[in-house]
Amino acid sequence: MTWNKKHLLDIESLTADEILTVLDTARAFKAVGERAIKKVPALRGKTVVNLFVEPSTRTRISFELAEQRLSADIINFSAEASSFKKGETLKDTALNLQALNADFIVIRHSASGAPHFLARVVGAKVINAGDGAHEHPTQALLDAFTIRERKGKIAGLNVTILGDILYSRVARSNIWALMKLGATVTLCGPSTLVPETFEQMGCRVTYDVDEALRDADIIHLLRIQHERQRKTMFPGIGEYTQLFGLNKARLAKTKPDALVMHPGPINRGVEIDSEIADCERSLILEQVTNGLAVRMAVLFLLNGGKGPQEVA
Amino acid sequence: MNTKRETLVILDAAAIGRALTRIAHEIAERNEQSSEVALAGIPAGGDLLAERLGKILSEIWKHPVPVGSLDVSMHRDDLDRRAAPQIHPTVMPFDVNGKTVVIVDDVLFSGRTTRAAMDALNDFGRPKKIQLAVLVDRGHRELPIKADFVGKNVPTASDEKIHVHLGEKDEVVLERK
Repeated sequence: MTWNKKHLLDIESLTADEILTVLDTARAFKAVGERAIKKVPALRGKTVVNLFVEPSTRTRISFELAEQRLSADIINFSAEASSFKKGETLKDTALNLQALNADFIVIRHSASGAPHFLARVVGAKVINAGDGAHEHPTQALLDAFTIRERKGKIAGLNVTILGDILYSRVARSNIWALMKLGATVTLCGPSTLVPETFEQMGCRVTYDVDEALRDADIIHLLRIQHERQRKTMFPGIGEYTQLFGLNKARLAKTKPDALVMHPGPINRGVEIDSEIADCERSLILEQVTNGLAVRMAVLFLLNGGKGPQEVA
Repeated sequence: MNTKRETLVILDAAAIGRALTRIAHEIAERNEQSSEVALAGIPAGGDLLAERLGKILSEIWKHPVPVGSLDVSMHRDDLDRRAAPQIHPTVMPFDVNGKTVVIVDDVLFSGRTTRAAMDALNDFGRPKKIQLAVLVDRGHRELPIKADFVGKNVPTASDEKIHVHLGEKDEVVLERK
């Protein structure tokens, strides 16, 4: 295993080996979370800034807890309570954080590429916690971790991603990660939200939901992103639920060991039936638990220096 | 520059076996309350030695001796100085509180791994005593740490390397410049 990256900006630029290094490391951190004392001193004395320019609850608290469990010092920055409201640019905010000697910046931003920009202007290590509709690398890593833990492998599995693909950074990061690890990825949803251009990434696009689900080992549901849609892409929520929502009848036609995932927040009764969200085939809460371990692993790996890996 | 490296076998399989048997007897002699003793090996290397020591000790004492595996990578003091180390699983199948925990490592060098191991152990509770058993002590300590049980003392130069191979063919090799 090797890890020489300074930043985690996207999945696209990672190798399969690097992705597996994160997953292997996360396994050890998951075990730490099950101990009586859940804190380790790996990031003692390091300062982490959580720069959440776009609102987020679960990703932010997951990162925060991961940082606390690694004993880092934490500064939280949110759009509402910061000088972005007063007109400061991202670059100036970043340089101010740099002046405080931040070691890590975890950034969530509505603009695609904001983390990449930040990595060019500051010396701190940058972690992308979601940038626009581009990527959400730690989500894809925790999804891959969850699949591997439950299925024992990723290569050769059929993964169907169902829902709003066009506006989804989770979909893009997941497609990259799953393809690199050897899964077969099928995308499905309303044609306005699942453009055929995604086939260029190497996955299959279909608009027949039953066909998309029939051979799936993993059914990955995505939320309809109302906030990112500039115009109405389908007639209404009711129609979406009827045509693409995962209900009992649809789940009954899938493989009996197919598992259901969702990055949250879920809209019960829209993309997923309440009963399915709570059933034993749903991995939704395991994804949350695993997200913590994966984020600890990412911080731990990025904290490493340049020297040899072996230790005496 | 000629970087031809010379290697020298300092312990063969039989010598490693004898060293472990002697260490086990020393542990048994030092600790009269055998039921309080547990072993914690540091991977990779120390965990395999701890298992072997545990087997010998349980034959001496006629009862099973708990053996754990203690990864210390998250407690190292040089984490930002080199690439992140590979993390091994930590398995502590016993309650460390009130136990005499013998930390087992293959090579004792700077002492920093031992310090990290003591910190890691504290996350699981408060052992009554901590002792240290190593197969090879090669000197060059950077911390006030001393092993309780040593298989072999090997004087080395700091740029030399010691490789401990355990498995198909047991041997300890010294590699010098």
